[in-house]
Amino acid sequence: MVLRLVVAALVPLMLAAPAGAGSNVVILSTTTSTQDSGLLDVLVPLFERRTGYTLKTISVGTGQALALAARGEADVVLCHAPSLEKRSLADGTLTNRRLVMYNDFVLVGPEADPARIAGDKSVVAALGRIAAAGARFVSRGDKSGTHTVELALWKVAGVTPAAPWYIESGQGMGATLGLADDRRAYTLTDRATLSAFGKRVALRVMVEGDRPLRNVYSVLEANPANGPRVNAAGGRAFADFIVSPEVQQVIRTFGVDRYGQPLFVPIAGQREEEVAP
Amino acid sequence: MTLLLDGVRAATGLIVSGDSEIWSILWLSLQVSGSATLIALLLGVPAGTALALARFPGRGLVVSAVNSGMGLPPVVVGLFVTILLWRSGPLGALEILYTPAAIVVAQAVIAAPIVTGITLAAVQQVPREFRLQLLALGASRVQMIWVVLREARLPMLAAVMAGFGGVISEIGASMMVGGNIKGQTRTLTTAMVLETSKGNFEAAIALSLLLLVLVFLVNWALTSIQQRRAL
Repeated sequence: MVLRLVVAALVPLMLAAPAGAGSNVVILSTTTSTQDSGLLDVLVPLFERRTGYTLKTISVGTGQALALAARGEADVVLCHAPSLEKRSLADGTLTNRRLVMYNDFVLVGPEADPARIAGDKSVVAALGRIAAAGARFVSRGDKSGTHTVELALWKVAGVTPAAPWYIESGQGMGATLGLADDRRAYTLTDRATLSAFGKRVALRVMVEGDRPLRNVYSVLEANPANGPRVNAAGGRAFADFIVSPEVQQVIRTFGVDRYGQPLFVPIAGQREEEVAP
Repeated sequence: MTLLLDGVRAATGLIVSGDSEIWSILWLSLQVSGSATLIALLLGVPAGTALALARFPGRGLVVSAVNSGMGLPPVVVGLFVTILLWRSGPLGALEILYTPAAIVVAQAVIAAPIVTGITLAAVQQVPREFRLQLLALGASRVQMIWVVLREARLPMLAAVMAGFGGVISEIGASMMVGGNIKGQTRTLTTAMVLETSKGNFEAAIALSLLLLVLVFLVNWALTSIQQRRAL
């Protein structure tokens, strides 16, 4: 009797599972921070209704997001690590990079501010002072977009960060904020995650608004030559969708209801020099 | 402490209000892990029985492998199943990566050694003399195995519980082969990780309570069958 019940419950699943497959499936590889912001929960149903495609969103680290598309396992990428993206363009695995939006990073730290950087205008100068003071700094250390930006900033600051003051969490932004809070350390975070965790951590914003802290998101399409089953038309459809005026307007107002301020600034069609660091 | 209480309150709210997303996540988890357990039983019971009754060179090695497999790390299974199911992989043509079917495959791989190992132990604890006696009384080999399995059915319910409990609470494989896609492959555990990383601790607590209740109810049902038959 029990067995019959179990089978009755499972058969529809087995039948339904392969129905999602087929050439109308588009795989988008993107970053965890994009997913955590909740923006995709709004955009995905809109895209599916508009185009009839089924969109599968895989949220991983930026490094993996690009690697998946380079292997032909994903059709389109939405990520935020310009230096890595340009490398993928150069080696030909991804094509047609278009700017989508930006949000901003902030440098946060403990109330006591041991490196005396609160209110600094330049994030690079502030990082230099953290290193000089040997104040603790928590890095994502996971090859994510945020981590990539952080490493680029250290390079500009002329510092090679190292233990014992430099701590690598190897985890997502939320867990990293928790660790920084616990160790009374500085860290680089995107504003959306900080807003979400604001109540749980005692970290204060130290440096914000500096241009290198802009976190620019782009959409890139997978080269059809990457694998036998790349859905190039579907990938292109999503890229066209996210830079369309209508979706850019959705992005402009996204997050106002939850955080009291928009999370992203849409920049489709602008030139990189106008918006990027 | 207030967070924990808020979580419990939020959980009750979500469950009572019949939040459709939570219920569909719960239902999907139940279906996926139920199918995986069923497949593991179909594979593991015959394999465990055969291993318990057969004698062949290298048997000790196989039994050790099965016992090690009972502790197979889900994330390892997830990685290999992902590579097999990739578009460029040997099973890419199936196009089932990032679907519930892919999670079923991975979880069945995790649960099968558990079921095999416990079946093996359950069948072995039926005395050898009992089997010989059955054969002496004129039972065919198939009839003998059937009776032995009936004798071992109580400990084998433990195999179902251990297998199901292992896969419903597993996260690494579900995340890798399912992709945690909203409305498609988001299970109780992957949703919990997502809500935690978003800072929605109340929702994460609600999901964990649901998972605990679900595991308890399933085990309760199985235990009551087991204990009733034991009397």
